[in-house]
Amino acid sequence: MKYVDEFRDGALAQGLARAIAQAVKPGRVYRFMEFCGGHTHAIARYGVPDLLPANVHLIHGPGCPVCVLPIGRIDQAIRLALAEKVILCTYADTLRVPASGGMTLLRARARGADVRMVYAVSDALAIARANPTREVVFFAIGFETTTPPTAVAIRTAAAEGLANFSVLCCHVLTPPAILSILDAPAVRGLGGVRLDGFIGPAHVSTVIGSRPYEYFAEEYRKPVVIAGFEPLDVMQAILMLVRQVNAGRAEVENEFTRAVTRDGNTKAQALVAEVFELRKTFEWRGLGTVPYSALKIRAAYAQFDAEQRFALSYTPVADNKACECGAILRGVRRPTDCKLFGTVCTPDTPMGSCMVSSEGACAAHYTYGRHQDITVVA
Amino acid sequence: MSSQIKPGYARPLDLKQGRVELAHGGGGRAMVQLVAELFARHLGNDLLAQGNDGAVLPEPGGRLVVATDSHVVSPLFFPGGDIGCLAVHGTVNDVAVMGGEPRYIAAGFILEEGFPLADLARIVASMAAAARRAGVKLVAGDTKVVERGKGDGVFITTTGVGVLPPGLALSGDCARPGDVVFLSGPIGEHGMAILSVRENLGFDAPILSDTAPLNGLTAAMLASGAHLRLMRDPTRGGLAATLNEIAQQSGVGIHIDETAIPIRPAVAAGCELLGLDPLNLANEGRLVAVCAPEDADRLLAAMRTHPLGAEAALIGEVVADKQRFVQMRTRFGGRRMVDWLAGEQLPRIC
Ligand code: SF4
Repeated sequence: MKYVDEFRDGALAQGLARAIAQAVKPGRVYRFMEFCGGHTHAIARYGVPDLLPANVHLIHGPGCPVCVLPIGRIDQAIRLALAEKVILCTYADTLRVPASGGMTLLRARARGADVRMVYAVSDALAIARANPTREVVFFAIGFETTTPPTAVAIRTAAAEGLANFSVLCCHVLTPPAILSILDAPAVRGLGGVRLDGFIGPAHVSTVIGSRPYEYFAEEYRKPVVIAGFEPLDVMQAILMLVRQVNAGRAEVENEFTRAVTRDGNTKAQALVAEVFELRKTFEWRGLGTVPYSALKIRAAYAQFDAEQRFALSYTPVADNKACECGAILRGVRRPTDCKLFGTVCTPDTPMGSCMVSSEGACAAHYTYGRHQDITVVA
Repeated sequence: MSSQIKPGYARPLDLKQGRVELAHGGGGRAMVQLVAELFARHLGNDLLAQGNDGAVLPEPGGRLVVATDSHVVSPLFFPGGDIGCLAVHGTVNDVAVMGGEPRYIAAGFILEEGFPLADLARIVASMAAAARRAGVKLVAGDTKVVERGKGDGVFITTTGVGVLPPGLALSGDCARPGDVVFLSGPIGEHGMAILSVRENLGFDAPILSDTAPLNGLTAAMLASGAHLRLMRDPTRGGLAATLNEIAQQSGVGIHIDETAIPIRPAVAAGCELLGLDPLNLANEGRLVAVCAPEDADRLLAAMRTHPLGAEAALIGEVVADKQRFVQMRTRFGGRRMVDWLAGEQLPRIC
């Protein structure tokens, strides 16, 4: 516990807050995007915005795996569970993501689908071993951190000849998503959000390294500071970004040196490359179809690919018209800009995916930050 | 041929190898035997011995407070307790935090066919020990058996009856701006104890559930003479849910300080590992109390004299807030909302 507390020290935080306040230029507004949902959650949970000067704005990015899952993918999972009667294993957060026709995996379960919540893909393997007469599908979501365990599971299933196990692969990639945000017209200054830099993901970067971000720094002149998930990490990264902006620099800096190297975890990368290949295109909620932004299972492991095994087709489904998740995931809107926020849409009755996961911008703001919207008259 | 029949003889229950059978809930001799040899043996007392359809209780000498609670915890046995003592503490605590002195409980059992009688005996013995510790008598009970696969071992519903001291009126709508908020001890231990078993967390020293009867502590608090507004036990939904309930009911806001909230390092570490907020974890032997500011010291001193309140702490204050928000100053120095938990964090925690 010492290890954890050390990164949440209130006195250190005050010191960093003072340093940031001294570093910012009064006439300038700084807009930084934290790409990752883990950061979004930490920022809200520890009340980081309270410690920042008014002209430093944090903008939530699309790095919340549950949030970017499009409706069509949830529909596929529900189809597997209801029509194909598989045991569908998934992380808790995906259970409540709204799909077509008011369905969720949780509601599918109430209608008799065998949907099981797991903490890790290894739990799904165990379920497959214990139920040899049933088809067991792991609904795999997440960025580069969750991909290696899925690769391991598929290799294990192959080695064991676990014929009733397969994976509905919805793993997505961080760099193409950042690229898509940088290329979106709104971000490029055409009447939308201007970004001055990125807080780079923590765990994702331990896998992919810091090298992939160099392109954004060079080509787009956007500083990137990779930061750990502790609130002090985030504060430190903000200070580093402010200094880069002030000095006119656009570099990749690494605040999270205790875990991230330039090349990342090459072993994990090799493992992923053995089992997965790039999808030509993948639909994201909010970002639309993004080229080469997700993974699919290689032909050599095709028998473990649920999409092939059950001949699943993909049908894109538009989000609820009033839901601003798309714009929020691109950083163009804030949760409170959505008319449904806090009225029709709450964590108990989510209308969009951003209100489901605790890493989602809407859920984080609703759960931890709502008091900032109201001037409290004591 | 001489008759071997012994009138009135039945083979005793096999408490080592035996299992619950459908007949044990059938209203016949098997059920009578189960009640006599297992339930009454552990839980028997003069009032239960009346043996009628209902127990006739003596004149209580005051207003009554009644609470009921169903228990479906999984696993049935967990570090620090089991469904039996939990079922007693559950209602005893609901009565106690109302300011009542718990006296009686009634219990309904739903048993699954095939459940080992040895386990049932352990559970009932644990209930009996918990009832003795809390000073309550089991005065009525019921047993039903469902087919194998239609239940999960044992479900227990208990109803508690207690007597209120004259003039006492604790209620969730009594918190006023300026009042202070106390917590009786470290949070999250029941939730983390259950989770550590379910998730195989394997802590060096197991985290024990805090399940305990709170009536001794509440009696000490009432005896202090402090002007208490209300007490609540933060069970499912944890401290966060309880504070929000109070804020809603009283139409106020509550500000708490993260650094003031007691929590054991192992619970904090487990939360970190599982990505949970300890404020949402269930407690089964803790209470939250709101009291008038001028009596804060007196109440805290009284709480700390009782073993279950040894680590009691002042964690925050009630403020005027039309939005009825619960807010927390984080250890980190920022401020954030403390909200109810959406959905179900842990099914079958109690
Ligand atoms: S508040 Fe709800 S409906 Fe609005 S953008 Fe967020 S998730 Fe979508």
